[in-house]
Amino acid sequence: MEVYLDNSATTRVFPEVAELMIKIMCEDYGNPSSLHLKGVQAEQYLRRAKGSFARLLKVDEKEILFTSGGTESDNMALIGCAYANRRRGNHLITTAIEHPAILNTMRYLESVGYRVTYLPVDAYGRIATEDLRRAMTQDTILVSIMHTNNEIGALQPIAEAGTLIKRMNPYTLFHVDAVQGFGKAKIYPKKMGIDLLSASGHKIHGPKGVGLLYIGDKVKIQPIIYGGGQQRNLRSGTDNVPGIAGFAKAAELLYEHYDDDVKRLYQCKKYFMDGIRRMEGVKINGVLPGKPDGEGTAPHIVSVSVSGVRSEVLLHALEEDGIYVSAGSACAARKPQPSTTLKAIGIEKPLLESTIRFSFSVYTTVEELDYTLQAMYDKIPMLRKYTRR
Amino acid sequence: MFTAFLIKYAEIGIKGKNRHLFEDALMHQIKFALKKCEGKFSIHKSQGRIYVEAQGEFDYDETVKSLKNVFGISGICPVVYVEDEGFEKLCDTVVRYIADVYPDREKTFKVHARRARKDYPKESMEINADLGEAILNAYPEMSVDVHDPEILLCVEIREKIYLYSETIPGPGGMPVGTGGKAMLLLSGGIDSPVAGYMIAKRGVKIDAVYFHAPPYTSERAKQKVVDLARIVSAYAGPVWLHVINFTDIQLYIHEKCPHEELTIIMRRYMMRIAEHIAMETGCLGLITGESIGQVASQTLNSLIATNEVCELPVYRPLIGFDKQEIVEVAQKIGTFETSILPYEDCCTIFVAKHPVTKPNVNIIRRHEHNLDEGIEELVKTALETKELIVAE
Repeated sequence: MEVYLDNSATTRVFPEVAELMIKIMCEDYGNPSSLHLKGVQAEQYLRRAKGSFARLLKVDEKEILFTSGGTESDNMALIGCAYANRRRGNHLITTAIEHPAILNTMRYLESVGYRVTYLPVDAYGRIATEDLRRAMTQDTILVSIMHTNNEIGALQPIAEAGTLIKRMNPYTLFHVDAVQGFGKAKIYPKKMGIDLLSASGHKIHGPKGVGLLYIGDKVKIQPIIYGGGQQRNLRSGTDNVPGIAGFAKAAELLYEHYDDDVKRLYQCKKYFMDGIRRMEGVKINGVLPGKPDGEGTAPHIVSVSVSGVRSEVLLHALEEDGIYVSAGSACAARKPQPSTTLKAIGIEKPLLESTIRFSFSVYTTVEELDYTLQAMYDKIPMLRKYTRR
Repeated sequence: MFTAFLIKYAEIGIKGKNRHLFEDALMHQIKFALKKCEGKFSIHKSQGRIYVEAQGEFDYDETVKSLKNVFGISGICPVVYVEDEGFEKLCDTVVRYIADVYPDREKTFKVHARRARKDYPKESMEINADLGEAILNAYPEMSVDVHDPEILLCVEIREKIYLYSETIPGPGGMPVGTGGKAMLLLSGGIDSPVAGYMIAKRGVKIDAVYFHAPPYTSERAKQKVVDLARIVSAYAGPVWLHVINFTDIQLYIHEKCPHEELTIIMRRYMMRIAEHIAMETGCLGLITGESIGQVASQTLNSLIATNEVCELPVYRPLIGFDKQEIVEVAQKIGTFETSILPYEDCCTIFVAKHPVTKPNVNIIRRHEHNLDEGIEELVKTALETKELIVAE
């Protein structure tokens, strides 16, 4: 049995998406910038994709920019806004538990003279809006907060933060990295005070190599990629038509059954966590106090620390049974770099290297979860027996 | 401009009646090395020399790079071939050759002609003098030095005429395959690929054994070892890599023996298994990357303990090397970047905080008795389930 529980890393492409993409690659392969009919046909796919996202996010078509993925979207939002608004200030705010696409871009901006404040998080991975309020200055040009944390599934108070930012400094831009959240939670930038929003195709059963950046029409931003002037000069490069069309198709399909799917994901999460709790020496990370069933956290992510077993070993032990999960910390034996998120939420050192992440998708079944739980019941006692002494 | 290479070899020259065996092995290795290069080549032996001739288009840089990996080659001379169209024409060609190869001509030179075709109208000495004159006439800034010239221009008169003057140093050593075969204990680390390289350099063909321990070591750790074997194969020819699943043996030792001795006893079993495969496959020795005192299992005391389980000689070419010296070779041969990828190998996963550094062989033997017959069964299974990967 193959059980894929690493859907926060990437997902299986919906068959309808793959079909559409094959058709575009083999038949409607024109370059949307070409003047002839073949180009016009290709352009239709772009228009349709833009239309879909505009509808799903309740924004204007003009505000959708396609990129090569979440990382490019994040880079563009941060660097593009920091450079274009340099005259307004040099201060940026983010959180301590962002994805490396944000954290390392912030480090780059620090190296060219910007000042960055990293907001701390509590034991559940949430920022306090009070900290945000205190960090805001007249120089703050941009705040970037992730919607859903990729490692523990913590949700940030996005709408609250959006309101606060706009009240304190209407010129401060608000970027949200929604790579993990898009498709799992309803996000409406205009209602939440969001100026820029990143999303990625392959996390929602679309293809790899495509993402989007919502850019509110009043946002001052400059390109980070130069060339032929595609996408209103903001993002040059021949449009990735099959990728963009596939991404849009995946999003449409996901939103069709949105309510049922999210409900089912929460059920899976509760079921799985109940099963985990039957084991000894385990700790589920990020679950809010008084909300043991995962309310207020992402529906698809369960982070578990298993004392006495190194995460990489447990990962490979589960892999032997066809179960694919992720080591919660990207920690390698000779280069220990415990995850920033797990450190930030104060996980004790021995557990840092013993944390694995399960992430579900619409394909996940209860049967698969039972199979996984059983494998853990069987293997963990054996793995605990043999350790470094 | 260059269309052929004259291959110089050092030690083969002194191998007496076995010489042709060494030459044939060298040609075989050259053929293997050039398989991955663009272009077609003919390799032939003629009057005690090996020539590599390109048949049509080829990539000069790539070809030289590949030849530089072939053990047994001491030097590679890029050769220009010209048709014999009379001596005047030859003078022109030589003058042009000098211009092309030496943009800076403030140099001393000497012409060294060899006449393999004795019906050529001029004798060697005459050719030397006349070509020298032509060069001096064309480039007054050059001068002749017959004792210690900066440029030694060789002119060989055969069916065609060969011109060469530059020698690119080769790796030296002996052609792989002339020295038998040995079994390398290949981990994912920095040392063992270097050890394999050094023994291969002496003409020994390399087989390898890797111990992997799923789920404690990952598929990527195994892939890394395959990649290392492949890099070594660029020098040593195809490497047969035997992969042994070592998990159960390791866990069993972990259970039955004192933890401080785990590594030593584990290594004793690795040596036994490696030797078993070595004997089955006709290997004449084992190779390890050990260097005295580098880790607890590589002290002289520890080496006694791991050495005594084998009948075959164990070659340890790095025994007197410092880590930095090993790293330098690893960087030179291109294994370093792969070796430092951070995947755990089976030697480190259960390593004790304070492993014994001066094990007493008698005590180790006694503790090994705890393993009784159980271990034999596990070793048997490990050997039966071994996987063979040919890295090339």
